[in-house]
Amino acid sequence: MAHPHSSDLDRNVGPRLGAGPSAESPALDSRPFGPPTALDDRRGVADRAPIPPETTATEATAPVVAIDGVDKRFGEVNALDSLSLRVPHGQITVLLGPNGAGKTTAIRLITGALVPDNGSVEVFGKEPSSPDGESIRVRCGVVSAKPSLYDRLSGFDNLRYAAELYGLGRGPTVDERIVEAADQFGIAADLEQRVGGYSTGMKTRLALSRAVLHHPTLMLLDEPTSGLDPESAVAVLAMVRDMTAEGKTVLMCTHLLLEAERLADQIVVMDRGRDLLAGDPDTLATRFWPRPSVSITTADGNDLDQLARSAGVSDFQRSGQMASLQLDAAERIPALVAELVAAGADIKSVVPYQPSLEDLYFAVRRQYGGEVSDPSDYVAWRRRDPGPERISTP
Amino acid sequence: MNYERVLTVAKTDLRQLIQARDFWIPMTILGSAFFVVVPTILFLTITTLGDVAAIEQVADTLEVLPADARRQIEGISPQGQTGYALAVFLFAPVAVIVPLTISTAVGASAIVGERERGTGEFLAHSPASAREIYLGKLLASMVPGYITVAVGFTAYSLIVNLLVGPNVGGWFFPTREWWIMILWVLPPFLALCLSLVLRLSARVSSTAAAQQASGLISLPLIMTAYSQATGFLVGGGIVPLFVGGVAWAVAIFSLGRGVRSVTRSRLLGVAGT
Repeated sequence: MAHPHSSDLDRNVGPRLGAGPSAESPALDSRPFGPPTALDDRRGVADRAPIPPETTATEATAPVVAIDGVDKRFGEVNALDSLSLRVPHGQITVLLGPNGAGKTTAIRLITGALVPDNGSVEVFGKEPSSPDGESIRVRCGVVSAKPSLYDRLSGFDNLRYAAELYGLGRGPTVDERIVEAADQFGIAADLEQRVGGYSTGMKTRLALSRAVLHHPTLMLLDEPTSGLDPESAVAVLAMVRDMTAEGKTVLMCTHLLLEAERLADQIVVMDRGRDLLAGDPDTLATRFWPRPSVSITTADGNDLDQLARSAGVSDFQRSGQMASLQLDAAERIPALVAELVAAGADIKSVVPYQPSLEDLYFAVRRQYGGEVSDPSDYVAWRRRDPGPERISTP
Repeated sequence: MNYERVLTVAKTDLRQLIQARDFWIPMTILGSAFFVVVPTILFLTITTLGDVAAIEQVADTLEVLPADARRQIEGISPQGQTGYALAVFLFAPVAVIVPLTISTAVGASAIVGERERGTGEFLAHSPASAREIYLGKLLASMVPGYITVAVGFTAYSLIVNLLVGPNVGGWFFPTREWWIMILWVLPPFLALCLSLVLRLSARVSSTAAAQQASGLISLPLIMTAYSQATGFLVGGGIVPLFVGGVAWAVAIFSLGRGVRSVTRSRLLGVAGT
């Protein structure tokens, strides 16, 4: 079903997500500028991820989740408004958005816990709210925003309950599997303890153990680091990263941009139940900032003005001792620096501008909020309104 | 329908109930009071008082009993008659009230409790169908009531036989009608009551609300059971079988309707569903 509210940007999302790198969708290493990052390294691992035996060849190429034009209302509240998204196989897709954007509702639709009012949801090629739902749910591992654990039971009993519901049965083999899953998340030593006495971090680890216990192929993580201390959050994110290395597909909700930046192969920016934008972060960054930028600071700001006429400079704006330039290529930077040195300028700093996911997120939000009509104007907007949280340092 | 899952849901609920001392201690006290303490005091009093006028007056009032019931106590002492009548007829409603009260308390929080604790989210995403969850919850709510009956009934039988038995020529309890009541009449009453309570539990917003509302629903049922229990035991013959049959029919219909009340969205507690 066509997305009635799709913008020009949105219309490319489906094919790009499903088809992998193409002329329209550059390869992951086509980062506009800046050195390869840990993110790129990790993506390399994800790209090589083996396809688990239970995944058919068709499933490996088709999106694991396909949501098209879905509406969902709760009374007067419009939770989802023509939401469309694709979750490609073997990658981490991050749903980004503020509270109330509809991220949790989207996850609930995927498992069939909720039924859409309009539109279609397909997971592994089947409809979750149909009688096929059970075969979908056994392949999903869900970690909800609250860990959803039974406080009166021990950690072991919580996992055993899940094992039995997911059809693993009982017995020594299953017990071993329970301990294995708990061990994977560093909670095996506390399995005999009642969950009511667990810390938030321990609960999250147990919830993650429960989610992977039945070896799901699709992980649905709703703010899995919510309430965790930084060390535990980093550990959890590393575990999520490992999951895609094992061939699992991950769909994660978060409103923590740094978290998303570390993990996301694909992002979907949501607001008020709509998908504002989707794609891999690098491609989206290239689209929003097609030309590289650099900020140069000199002791005497007047020295910078000569750069306005330099080759390759498409936009020049100076404020005091600092000038922001848009270039046709990042390779121009050394020549510009040389030009300033030759003119005797005292250069204080040269900072290439590398947009972060945070920049992208706010650019998208501002564009759809109507503050900026053209996404590429975001750089200009940043200059006018350089809030400290939006200053990106490479 | 996967019956393994039904049992899994029921077992897990029961396992949690065992851990909830704040629930089972008051319920144990309730059961003990009705099945053990009150009967013991009453029968001890009757059997040790001797042939006093009060007991003879009670024995006289037994003349109003139907012929079938009167035949059971013919030819025995006023003490024996009074003890027998009280043991067989007066305490019959207890066997209904106690399990219904206990099961209602469990059932009231069955669905809304999952929602309040946030564990409904886990169940909603799990492969278990709504029907399997419903039946699991129903089973988990029935079992505590029925365990109370089994234990209480056994204790009550011992007390009655030990205290009243010597006055009526030996052990006589349970009578045929009591067996029918426990095995044939009580289960459908429990199921009927719980089918309504679970429906409520799926719809209300808090356990407290569920407890209050289920009281309103279960009270008429308890009153009905109370009034009928003595009646059909006194009536004997086909009456208990008939009452049980009707109760089963109504219970099965109500259970069928109740299955629809448990949905994944209600487990999640989302608005507008």
